[in-house]
Amino acid sequence: MSRKLSEEEYKKKLSYRMEQWFAGQRDPYLEHLRMKPQAERTLEPEKEEALRKEKKERLDKVYRISDNRPVKLFEKLYRIFCVAFCFFLVIMLLIAVSFLPSYGEDEKPVNNEVSRRYIEKGLQETGAVNIVTGMILDYRAFDTLGESHVLFAATCTVLILLRHDKKKGERDTEEETDRVYEPKNDVILQMVSKVLVPPIILFGIYVILCGHLGPGGGFSGGAVIGAGLILYLNAFGFAKTEKFFSEKTYKVLSVSALGCYCLAKSYSFYTGANHIESVIPLGTPGAILSSGLILVLNICVGIVVAGTMYTFYVMFRKGGY
Amino acid sequence: MDVMNLFRNYEEAVAMILFGIGFSNLLMQKNLIKKIIGMNIMDTSVYLFLAVKGYIEGHKAPIVVDGVQSVEAYINPIPSGLVLTGIVVSVSVSALMLALTIRLYRRYHTLNLDEISTLLKKEEKS
Repeated sequence: MSRKLSEEEYKKKLSYRMEQWFAGQRDPYLEHLRMKPQAERTLEPEKEEALRKEKKERLDKVYRISDNRPVKLFEKLYRIFCVAFCFFLVIMLLIAVSFLPSYGEDEKPVNNEVSRRYIEKGLQETGAVNIVTGMILDYRAFDTLGESHVLFAATCTVLILLRHDKKKGERDTEEETDRVYEPKNDVILQMVSKVLVPPIILFGIYVILCGHLGPGGGFSGGAVIGAGLILYLNAFGFAKTEKFFSEKTYKVLSVSALGCYCLAKSYSFYTGANHIESVIPLGTPGAILSSGLILVLNICVGIVVAGTMYTFYVMFRKGGY
Repeated sequence: MDVMNLFRNYEEAVAMILFGIGFSNLLMQKNLIKKIIGMNIMDTSVYLFLAVKGYIEGHKAPIVVDGVQSVEAYINPIPSGLVLTGIVVSVSVSALMLALTIRLYRRYHTLNLDEISTLLKKEEKS
C-alpha cells in the first residue's frame, strides 16, 4: 500500500535533491563545500618575463627543423619518394601512350559517330559555320552554362578572400596603403594605350560576334576585352576606370548575362525539352544574325569572361574596384 | 610495349612527361607560387594531350568551308570543346589558389609551406 508523502517530508528525501540537482536548480554540495577564492598570482615582472621567454625558446626549439632529426629524415625520404613516384607515374603513362592509336590516324575510337554527327549535321541543325561553337553552345549548351558559373563562383570566392573593406575612421596600415599605391603617370604607357586600347576592345567584340562564323567565341573574345580593360587601368589608374566599371557594374553585367543565358536555354524545356530541333529560325549560315541563339549566348559568355578577368586583376592588385 | 608507336606518338609522350614535371613540381617545391605553377604545367599538358588526340593527319580545323561537310575534311571537334572547358576551369582554379596564397602571405609573411605550418603549430601551442 503506497503512502503519499507530505511535501516537507518529500523535500528531505534524497530523490528530491537528486532531481533538483539534475534539473540544474540546486547544487547538493552548496552548503557543505565552500570554494576558497584563488590566491592572487604574485610574481615579479622580471621573473614572469623570464618564464615567458623560456617558454618561447622551448617552442622555438621544438619547431626548429634543423634540430629535429626525425623531421629532417622524413624530408629526405619524402624527396626520394617524390622523385621515385613521379618517375613511376611518367613511365606508366608512357607505357599507356605506347598502346594508344598512332598520332594523326583516322581510324581512332575517338572519331566515332558522335563527331561524325557533329560534322555532317552540325550546320543544318545549329546553323553555325564553326562546328566547335555549334557544339559547345547548342548541343552542349548546358555544359557551357556550367562553365560560366564556375567562372562566376571563382570570382565570388576571390572577392570574399581579397576584398578590402575599410571601415570609416579606420586608418590604413602600411601594407594596405602599399597595395593601393599607384605608379605616377607614365606618358609613354598612356600614349601607347591610347592607341592600342580601342583596337583591342574592338577586336574582342569582333571575336565574340564572329564566334559562329569563324575562329573565336565568347571565352576568347571576353579574355581579349578583359586584357584591354587591364591595359587601360594600368595606364590611367583607378580614378578613370571607376567611372565606367565599378563593383555595381560588374554585378549587374554578370548577373544579367548569366540570367539571360539561363532564360535563353530554358526555352527548350517549354517546347518539349528537345534541343536538337530548334524552334528559333536558324537563318542563312554565314550571316551575322544566324544560327539561332548562339550569338546571344556568345555575347553573354563574353560579358561574363571579360568582367571576370578584370575583377581578378583588380582584386589581386588593390582589393577593391 | 610498342617502342616504335611511342616514338610515333611523340606529342602524347611529351604531354605525359610535362604532366610528370608539373606533378613533381607540385610535390617537391616548398614555395606556394611555384606549386601553383606546377599545377598550371599539368593543366597545359592535359590540353596538349586532348588537342593531339583530336588531330587527324591532313584534315582542317572544324570550320565549314565551301559547304564541304564530310568527315574526311575536318578534325574531331569534341576534344577542342573539351580543351575550352579545361582552360576555363584552370583559370578559375589558379585565381582561387593565388587568392588563398595572398591571404596566407598576409597572415604569416612567408610563402614557404613548411614555415607556415610550423608557425601555425606554434600559434596553436602558445
